Amino acid sequence: METGIQIGDVLLVTSIMFFIGVYGFVTRKNLIAVLMSLEIIINAAAINFVLINKLVFTTNLHGVFFTFFILAVAAVEVAIGLVIILNLYRLKDSIDPEEITTLKH
Amino acid sequence: MDILTILIIIPTLTVLALIFAKGQKSYRTISAVGMGIQTVYSIYLLTRYLTERAEAGGETMLFRRTVEWFKPWNINYEIGVDGISVAMIILTAIITLTGVFVSWRVKELPKEFFVSLIVLSTGVFGFFISLDLFTMFLFYELAVIPMYLLIGIWGSGPREYAAMKLTLMLMGASALLLVGILGLYFHSPMVEGHHTFSMMAIAQAPMEHMDQLFFFPFVFVGFAVLGAMFPFHTWSPDGHASAPTAVSMLHAGVLMKMGGYGVFRVALLLMPTAAHEIGWIFMILAGGGILYGAFGALRQTDLKYINAYSSVSHLALVLFALLLMDVVSWSGSVLQMISHGLITALFFALIGMVYERTHTRDVTKMGGLLKIIPFIGMMYVMVGMASLGLPGMSGFAAELAIFVGAFQHSGTLERVLTIMAVLSIVVTAVYILRVVGKMLMGPVTNEAFKQMDKARWYEKTAAIILLACIIGIGVAPGGLYKLINESVTPLIELIQKGAL
Amino acid sequence: MNWSYTIWIPLLPFLSFVINGVLYNRLPKKLSGVIGTSALGVAALLSYLTAGRYFFGTTSAEGYQPILAWQSTWMHITDKLAIDMGVYLDPISIMMLVVVTTISFLVHLYSVGYMSEEEGRNRYFAWLGLFSFSMLGLVLAPNLVQTYMFWELVGVSSFLLIGYYYDKPSAVRAALKAFIVTRFADVFFLIGILLYSYYSGSFKFEDLNNIAAIQAANSSIPVFMGLSALTWGLMLIFVGGAGKSAMFPLHIWLPDAMEGPTPVSALIHAATMVVAGVYLVARLFPAFHGSDDGFALHVVAVVGTFSSLFAAIIAMTQMDIKRVLAFSTMSQIGYMMMGLGVSGYGEEGLGYTASMFHLFTHAAFKALLFLGAGAIIHAVHSNSLKDMGGLRKYMPMTNITFLIACLAISGVPPFAGFFSKDMILEAAYEHNKLIYFTGYITAGLTAFYMFRIYFMAFWGRNRDYDHKPHDPVWSMKIPLIVLAAGSVVLGLLPFNEWVTSDLRPLHIHFDMMMAAASVGIGVIGIITAYLLYRKPSDAPDKISHSLGFVYKTVKNKFYMDELYLGIMREVILKRIAAPVAWFDRHIVDGTMNLIGNTTVGLSKGIKRIQSGDFQVYAFGILIAVIFFVVLFNYFIPTI
Repeated sequence: METGIQIGDVLLVTSIMFFIGVYGFVTRKNLIAVLMSLEIIINAAAINFVLINKLVFTTNLHGVFFTFFILAVAAVEVAIGLVIILNLYRLKDSIDPEEITTLKH
Repeated sequence: MDILTILIIIPTLTVLALIFAKGQKSYRTISAVGMGIQTVYSIYLLTRYLTERAEAGGETMLFRRTVEWFKPWNINYEIGVDGISVAMIILTAIITLTGVFVSWRVKELPKEFFVSLIVLSTGVFGFFISLDLFTMFLFYELAVIPMYLLIGIWGSGPREYAAMKLTLMLMGASALLLVGILGLYFHSPMVEGHHTFSMMAIAQAPMEHMDQLFFFPFVFVGFAVLGAMFPFHTWSPDGHASAPTAVSMLHAGVLMKMGGYGVFRVALLLMPTAAHEIGWIFMILAGGGILYGAFGALRQTDLKYINAYSSVSHLALVLFALLLMDVVSWSGSVLQMISHGLITALFFALIGMVYERTHTRDVTKMGGLLKIIPFIGMMYVMVGMASLGLPGMSGFAAELAIFVGAFQHSGTLERVLTIMAVLSIVVTAVYILRVVGKMLMGPVTNEAFKQMDKARWYEKTAAIILLACIIGIGVAPGGLYKLINESVTPLIELIQKGAL
Repeated sequence: MNWSYTIWIPLLPFLSFVINGVLYNRLPKKLSGVIGTSALGVAALLSYLTAGRYFFGTTSAEGYQPILAWQSTWMHITDKLAIDMGVYLDPISIMMLVVVTTISFLVHLYSVGYMSEEEGRNRYFAWLGLFSFSMLGLVLAPNLVQTYMFWELVGVSSFLLIGYYYDKPSAVRAALKAFIVTRFADVFFLIGILLYSYYSGSFKFEDLNNIAAIQAANSSIPVFMGLSALTWGLMLIFVGGAGKSAMFPLHIWLPDAMEGPTPVSALIHAATMVVAGVYLVARLFPAFHGSDDGFALHVVAVVGTFSSLFAAIIAMTQMDIKRVLAFSTMSQIGYMMMGLGVSGYGEEGLGYTASMFHLFTHAAFKALLFLGAGAIIHAVHSNSLKDMGGLRKYMPMTNITFLIACLAISGVPPFAGFFSKDMILEAAYEHNKLIYFTGYITAGLTAFYMFRIYFMAFWGRNRDYDHKPHDPVWSMKIPLIVLAAGSVVLGLLPFNEWVTSDLRPLHIHFDMMMAAASVGIGVIGIITAYLLYRKPSDAPDKISHSLGFVYKTVKNKFYMDELYLGIMREVILKRIAAPVAWFDRHIVDGTMNLIGNTTVGLSKGIKRIQSGDFQVYAFGILIAVIFFVVLFNYFIPTI
């Protein structure tokens, strides 16, 4: 086992990333920024997968492969997310999440 | 096809025909023809019933039939009639038919109007032939829903408020009712390994004393709300005032009777011990309601409000008589339901006709109408007389039977309430004659009234059919009374057996 | 003997009602009167035939036996309390048959002339037919329920006829008042019927009047406030009778009822309907007499006597000719009630016979007075005595017939009223001196006020009339003549042979002293009226001025109307109905609305959480996740 970077250190970093993402998701007033926050959350999860695969389950690569799926899904998500944002902008002339309350209907 | 199911099939076919029809004329013709057939058929049912009754011997319910519906819970489509149901069915058919005539000139969405009206009546017919609590409840709900639409869409005044109030109160009542019905179900005797919804089976083996005491108020109040018992009556004035004419007629004429009928069939017959023991609480409410409704009507100036309160008073008399639990009172009570159904339907029909011409229902703004619209005016006088219990009209026969029945009870509470009930007929006379004096007699107060149209043929038809029934029953109530009385007697005997 | 044809006596007027009512506007105007009059004419002939056959054909040692001439099932409430419609013939019902059909026929005939210029004549004759039918049904009833039913029907026809001029507010008010007051009394009647029939177990008169059963009941039936339930039942029934017969304090509708057409007043409010109360008491006379030593009968006597004096006092002050006659009617009915009240049963039943006799003769002369007054009103177009005077020159026929009627009612021999009135006073004298004395005073007052209106209308001041008054047309004259003839000779009928309390002939002796005394007081009354009103003078005004407050009170009918109006307005409407309406709107309905509004308010509060802002939702999810993580990690032990 290498020394230096411990599992706790990395988990601390990904946790911070995750909560930064959550914070951004909840507070940003721009949908693009919200989407970016979402990416950060996903990336935090992806890093966790790679790390735990590397440090805990050393005999297989399931975590690494799963990260690829996550990246693919994230890419699709961004694509769809941007399309939705674009359409919303056309419809409402705004990408402020507070003005987009059609979910309650 | 068995004889009773046709009662549901005819209106259903009428509704189907209406859906595919086009043009206002064809809508009303189809409805009138359909309901005409229904009326003729229900009279045919009466004749069949009478012949069968002569042969049937001790059987209380005739034309019985059971179709399995949902086996695991023993829900059946179980139907059958006795004299009381037959009388109610004829009443419903006549009132629906006249209701169609009165709405001859509905302008807004005529197709939907007639469809709702006839769906409503289908529910009522189903209710009166059901012997299975679940089926009965289902038909009951089928009748309440179109009522909401009819008032909400075709009503006048604060119609959404009224429709909402009416529907919510009736729905609240059905919730209580459902509790009661489930209570009855889970304490019912086992049939093929399951509980049963069949009223006939439950009546044979009523549930335990304490259970009865618990569930009786649910069922009673559930139905009594529909029968506008004090203090659950306030939906009725607002609902009637906003409803279109035909709906008021059906509502006061038939739907409120379903309350009385339900109290009788479900609450009292299936839980007789509780009715004997805690019936007095409701008796006070009903007996007080008689005078309360009458005094309430005294102060109103809106014709429909006056009538709604009058209905509260008369229906309270029905409930009061039902709670007395003896043959004569029950017979009188059923007779009163029928009589009041006819009278109040005619009342609302006439009020609708007056309103169409004067565009107001405020009594104080009218005067001298007898001179301008003599037919409607004279009809109003006559139906007013019927309502205040003039001999020769149906109301008197019914009230007399109730009073005679009520006088057989020598307990102080019953005596006092009976005398209060009798006194209420003076108050009735006052509020009815006040309207007659203000609205119909005296000088013509408004010049614009002088241009009013005379009654049209369909209005005359509706009024004459109803008045003929009222006078017919009033002049010769013997047959109808016998029909009811013969059906009531075995039920009372059953109860007395159970109570002992 | 076959009596079933008697059913046609009530049915003929009913047919007239149906034809006139259904064909309403399609019938030629002249025909309606003809139909009504001929129907009643035939009915009257049938009644005479029945009376002849009954009184001369069925007598036996047991007296006249009641006959159930026709019967039909109406409603069998229980086997015991079965109600049948029927035709019940006995001496008093046949007597009433004759009275009702005769007066009704004459009034129909009179109305042909009187109403000739009216628009709604068909309606008028239809309602007259309905009234005659109902009255005959009432008279012929074999049980209390039928009596009650037709009792209500006469009330309604009275209502319709009083309100005949329905665009006149005063007529409408009078009609409503009449209906509501009598209806109020009828409710007690109904309670009485129910109570009485509950304890005696039947609605039929033959059972109710069964003397043995009443005697047995006196000891076995529960007692309430010292009187048996039967007595209470009878007193309640009497309240109904008092309402219809305008006895104090339920008399207030009768004077106002004069708003109706005058022939109607003659028929309904003088000769027939208003005596229904007397007839009812007579019908149940054995029960009244037998129950609790006739306590209920004492009540009848006291009420009757008081009403008769009370009405006579008011009648002296009224200026409307019809109202004077109305109060006179009330007073005379009080007399009849008094006669019944003081009567014994069987051999002591003089009062009963006298009362029925008075009913009979009174019908003739009071109808005549009203019809005469109608002729006057028709001629001078006013009801007020102030607008009349000196009419004897213009209307000689009316003058003579009116005079005959006045003499008859004042008890001057040999006119009809003398015999019947004298008989009542004689019965009262044997029973109770105070009642006799009151009746005696009333007789004097009666003579005075009747001649007061006679002199004021036909003598007094001569005046100029716009249209010259004249005697009425022939169809109006014939009834006057017939009734005048009746008022002269009817007193000679041997009533004591026919109409008695126990159906057997009654022996009466004629007391010369009594007769002289009652004639004397009548003559004093007439002379007083002659002195005061024969010539125009200001003596009457002076007298009324000197009486001041008393006069004013009497003139305003002792403020009874105001009292009732006050009770109606202040107590019933303001103290009961208004609070009920308020309570209903605000408390009962308020509760319902409160429940509804609370639900709506709650849902409004909850709705705000669902803002649609997904960031808020996400935050919510985060909080929830943290909450559950903490919960499951630290508080709930792992399974």
